[in-house]
Amino acid sequence: MTDAPVLVTQGLDKSFGSLVVASDISLSLPKGARYALIGPNGAGKTTLINLITGMLTPDAGRIVLGGEDVTEIGPADRVKRGLVRTFQINTLFPNLTPLEAVMLAVCERRGEAGTWWRSLPSYGAAAEEAYGILQTLRLAEFCDRPTRQLAYGQQRLLEIALGLAAKPKVLLLDEPAAGVPKSESGELFEAVAGISSEITILFIEHDMDVVFRFASRIIVMVAGRILVEGTPAEIATHPEVREVYLGAHHG
Amino acid sequence: MSEPAPRSVDPQGLLRQQVRWRLLETVFWLAVLIPFFATPTYLVLCSQIAIAALFALSLDLIVGYSGLVSLGHAVFFGFGAYTAGLLSAKLGWNEPITGLLAAGFASMLLGLLTSIIVVRISHFALIMVTLGLCLLMFELANQAHDLTGGDDGLQGISISPVLGYFNFDLYGYTAFGYSLAVLFICFLIIRRVINSPFGLSLRGIRENPRRMPAIGSPMRGRLRTVYVMSATFAGIAGGLLAQTTEFVALDALSFQRSAEVLVMLVLGGAGRLYGGLVGAIIFMVARDQLAGLNPQYWYFWLGLLLVLVIIFLPNGILGGIAHLVSRVRAKK
Repeated sequence: MTDAPVLVTQGLDKSFGSLVVASDISLSLPKGARYALIGPNGAGKTTLINLITGMLTPDAGRIVLGGEDVTEIGPADRVKRGLVRTFQINTLFPNLTPLEAVMLAVCERRGEAGTWWRSLPSYGAAAEEAYGILQTLRLAEFCDRPTRQLAYGQQRLLEIALGLAAKPKVLLLDEPAAGVPKSESGELFEAVAGISSEITILFIEHDMDVVFRFASRIIVMVAGRILVEGTPAEIATHPEVREVYLGAHHG
Repeated sequence: MSEPAPRSVDPQGLLRQQVRWRLLETVFWLAVLIPFFATPTYLVLCSQIAIAALFALSLDLIVGYSGLVSLGHAVFFGFGAYTAGLLSAKLGWNEPITGLLAAGFASMLLGLLTSIIVVRISHFALIMVTLGLCLLMFELANQAHDLTGGDDGLQGISISPVLGYFNFDLYGYTAFGYSLAVLFICFLIIRRVINSPFGLSLRGIRENPRRMPAIGSPMRGRLRTVYVMSATFAGIAGGLLAQTTEFVALDALSFQRSAEVLVMLVLGGAGRLYGGLVGAIIFMVARDQLAGLNPQYWYFWLGLLLVLVIIFLPNGILGGIAHLVSRVRAKK
């Protein structure tokens, strides 16, 4: 049983009044997998991430992380267990520097962020780790500038850096390249591809070229439910997908 | 020749750079001693400034660093003042330092109690609840006339010499020295808190409360801790006022005091450690000078000052100076 899935969802349901945003969502992500989550606008992709990370509470169903049922656990505690997300719209700390922001996330993970009697610079290992993460995402050069002064693309990378600082088992990337020009999104996904293969990744993305290049499996969502899940080759030739989703683009 | 290329950046050094004790700080803390020699007739006022500065500093912890708002912070100031005052007036406990610690401890407990509600709400609700708690305590103190003296004030406080040596004198030498020493010690503690991982997490909450759970931060716990800390220091400031004036007026708990301390902080610049101190100095000196001219008219000038600062220096006087300095540096 080396292939025990890291993240499992079973029959997740969620509706707002009469609007069904998630219906019977069952997933099983093995360790190190690269899953793309695609689907037309309003299909419930971000809602699914909100459900998995605890920002929304499902009406029914279970979420299991590494064998532990986390359905009843709050968002911050899920992060502590390795279930981490990034945001489609930059959700950063405008007046902190990238070094401070990543350092904060590292300190939170190490359980040191509640310490008020020791000065921040005395945490040398945490500082080195934070700097190392910024280096791998090519942000080291800008690490002491206020985040609000960074270029948009760099802010998108900082989103990922904050996610990595939590040492995730599962990383959910909500449109990591959102708002980035098509010419640069490939570069951004090279950074995503460089993430340790120990980490399971589920990412939302609209650009089909990027999806087919970086995903090992693809999940297609339509109207709050999973239409089909399969390898890129299976998805590309799937008649229903072509009709519902690809058809809209290629037609 | 072939020595290894130096690391372009030392992350620990960058962090150290931000928290290091600056020359200007030494200058500031030496400068606040000047009144002892230059204006010995104003030491009573100087003592009040030091107390107001500590109160503003305590408020900065929650307003400036954590992004909470409070329009009722005087509840902790007044609670500390009455604690220190009652200890002496009713129980005959006249030793100043333990009395001050008791004042801080009492306000800490009150902070712990009220924090249960406070960390669950935000924005307008928070403003109203903090204001409500303060009004509530004001009226309680007013009604408990037998204990607090109501609106006649609490009399009969008599404080022993500080450290058994420094008598509280008419000119305020001891009062100012004592207040200043307490302010400095509290400042050092608060400075450490701000520059700690905990302090960084507070700034994180202020900058983006939505992100904090996503990096695994227990926000409510953090806010509770800082709220209790802030209450403690406010209580110490109140205790100082009771001890140095040997009197507690009901206005220690008033809405006006809550509003004034917020004004001081905004004037000086919230979230800048020295903002509350500078704001307290400007506010108290201006009030003293302008009220000397015409007591009624002082609020006109205060209002004008406040409007001008908010329009032209939205980050307060220190924020404006910092902005200016960074622009001059950028030009070089």
